[in-house]
Amino acid sequence: MTTATLSPTIVQNFDLFAPKLVDREEYFSWGHRACQGCAEALAIRLMCKALGRDTIITNATGCMEVISSLYPTTAWKLPWIHVAFPNAAAVASGVEAGLAALHRKGKIPDKRVKSVAIGGDGGTMDIGFQSLSGAMERGHDILYVCLDNEAYMNTGIQRSSGTPFLGATTTSPAGKKISGNQVWKKNVMEIMVAHNIPYAATASPSYPIDFMNKVKKARAIKGPAYIHCLVPCPTGWRIPSEKSIQYGRLAYETGVFPIYEVEDGKYRFTLPVPEKRRPVEDYLKGQGRFRHVTPDQVKLIQERVDVEWEALLIKMERSKSYTEIREQLKK
Amino acid sequence: MGKLVGMEVALAAAEAAALCRFEVAAVYPITPQSHVAEHLSDIVNDGRVDASFITVEGEHSALSAVIGASATGARVITATSSQGLLYMGEVMPIASGMRLPIVMIVANRAVSSPINIWNDHSDIMPMRDTGWITIFAENGQDAVDMVIQAYKIAENRDVMLPVIVTMDGFQLTHVVEPINIPDQEEVDRFLPPYNPYATLHPDRPISMGTLGMPEIFPEAQKAKDVALVNSIRVIKEVWDEWERLFGRKYEAVETYRTDDADVALLTMGSMGETAEVAVDELRRQDVKAGLVKIKLWRPFPFEDLKKALKGIRVLAVTDRAVSFGGPGGPVFSEVRSALYDEDVRPKIANFIIGLGGRDVQVGDFVTMVKRAAEGKLAEPYEFYGVRG
Repeated sequence: MTTATLSPTIVQNFDLFAPKLVDREEYFSWGHRACQGCAEALAIRLMCKALGRDTIITNATGCMEVISSLYPTTAWKLPWIHVAFPNAAAVASGVEAGLAALHRKGKIPDKRVKSVAIGGDGGTMDIGFQSLSGAMERGHDILYVCLDNEAYMNTGIQRSSGTPFLGATTTSPAGKKISGNQVWKKNVMEIMVAHNIPYAATASPSYPIDFMNKVKKARAIKGPAYIHCLVPCPTGWRIPSEKSIQYGRLAYETGVFPIYEVEDGKYRFTLPVPEKRRPVEDYLKGQGRFRHVTPDQVKLIQERVDVEWEALLIKMERSKSYTEIREQLKK
Repeated sequence: MGKLVGMEVALAAAEAAALCRFEVAAVYPITPQSHVAEHLSDIVNDGRVDASFITVEGEHSALSAVIGASATGARVITATSSQGLLYMGEVMPIASGMRLPIVMIVANRAVSSPINIWNDHSDIMPMRDTGWITIFAENGQDAVDMVIQAYKIAENRDVMLPVIVTMDGFQLTHVVEPINIPDQEEVDRFLPPYNPYATLHPDRPISMGTLGMPEIFPEAQKAKDVALVNSIRVIKEVWDEWERLFGRKYEAVETYRTDDADVALLTMGSMGETAEVAVDELRRQDVKAGLVKIKLWRPFPFEDLKKALKGIRVLAVTDRAVSFGGPGGPVFSEVRSALYDEDVRPKIANFIIGLGGRDVQVGDFVTMVKRAAEGKLAEPYEFYGVRG
């Protein structure tokens, strides 16, 4: 059901050849304590494969730190540090600065080790937002990956600024008077683009090759990079655990979560663009968190998604890279 | 043997960190610490030390960034004051729990509200139980020496704890004093390059800052306490070595004219020098007065304090912070608790003084000592000279 609307050629090429090129080594090992169908744990596994061994992970407090680091066990085969909830970007910037200093002085082996921070939507978009903005603005050679499951899942599905409009959480419940989250999801991807960082992208583990390609690209870039990854959470979204990959695809196919990248200021879709987007209802239905949503409200969401999609298309068509603009100005 | 210079203390403290060849500094400006931040960045940008200066966007990130850098094995420095220290509060016990040898300069300042930029100890006191070694400088020479000593203490394999060197804001940070700045070669001899126990590096991957369940959490807390308690041995060894190499003596509890004293003042920080003048004045008036100065706040030097107070009949403890609704100032309750099991112990008065930069003069200390000696003790504590 998922590939029907997609242009067939590229997908076939990826499906046939790319998986064979993926690193067989597991840097985020089995045996961790994530829920069944956790797309966030899957995203980390794929991310680590794309990053390779010369990587240091800084993990914001959240589900992933809890499920992966229960002393004396660890799921991490990469060097890993967890400090607190709001400061993954700051810690990662310190890791980068420390490595750089030791490298300059010849105190550590002469190779490039990438500092990578990961955090959930709360740790990135809310409580960690200041430190994220600071680290990106300062131009550290770090990659920040936001693993967005659209609520504070670790503490029991509370509303964050990543929670979608009308989504029911335990602090934005579908009540008799107020029905679910009353505001639209914060667009952190665009805020990161506004930081003028060399690379920002959205991604999903439902499109693993695309996600891993972006991680590889971001890793290679010297400077700050940001990847916003939508990770369905069966527990919090009230969906069957075997459906998380499917909902990740539906998020893209309906236009609810566009998957694209902004490199050097230039917007680009990275997956085959749906010729005709599926109705948002296909994405909303079956998710317990949207069970209370009325047909009128579905229309409201559809209208918003249409507008945002069109706005994004305009950027895709008209945006130019800074390099192109520079060339133009020279003429 | 060093060079005697006239230098602002905040700048001298930053110079001391430079002599230790710090590798990463992450500092957010706040009055009255800002001169430390500015001078550290001068040092880095002039290439005098091969280091990175991270212009973080807040104190929470300042401490977080040096945690990250320290975890890679770099020697680090940060500095703050007042609200900034409280803002770091969340990360403070994490730094000590992760056993990272971070050195932090704190320019002591009052805590809001009302907002006040001047000196007292209400910022450092709430950090008492965060597991940091905490040392109080009394003057500029202390500040310089203690910053250098701090690295040696923090990085000792038997310690591996972060260290705060506090210096009173403005009253110390912004005054120009004659200070002996040690030579680089001397400091290099005293302080070898940092040799970390464990670091974040792909050649030997480890997990740091993992989840501790009830089965292990209390053991982790106990281990931190044991390390802090035991660190006093290393601190004293480092001070002994310092005295041998540099000729300046440091003690956890210093005394002034207490040998035959009947009544004593107790201070922490820069007011010690004013109190010395007051003691001289009292002696001229035939009051057998002395002075006890606590330099080491954590680990608390119980035995040194008891020894210093031998023979003292009345003790006037000064506090520069308030434990609201509590038993008295934090220094007072600590000192009184330390003496509880002693058969012979002094009567103790508690004067809360110098809040938010309120001036405390020689005459004030004289009055406090006399009132305490006459048995006119404030019960249980007194806001000295405060209206209302």
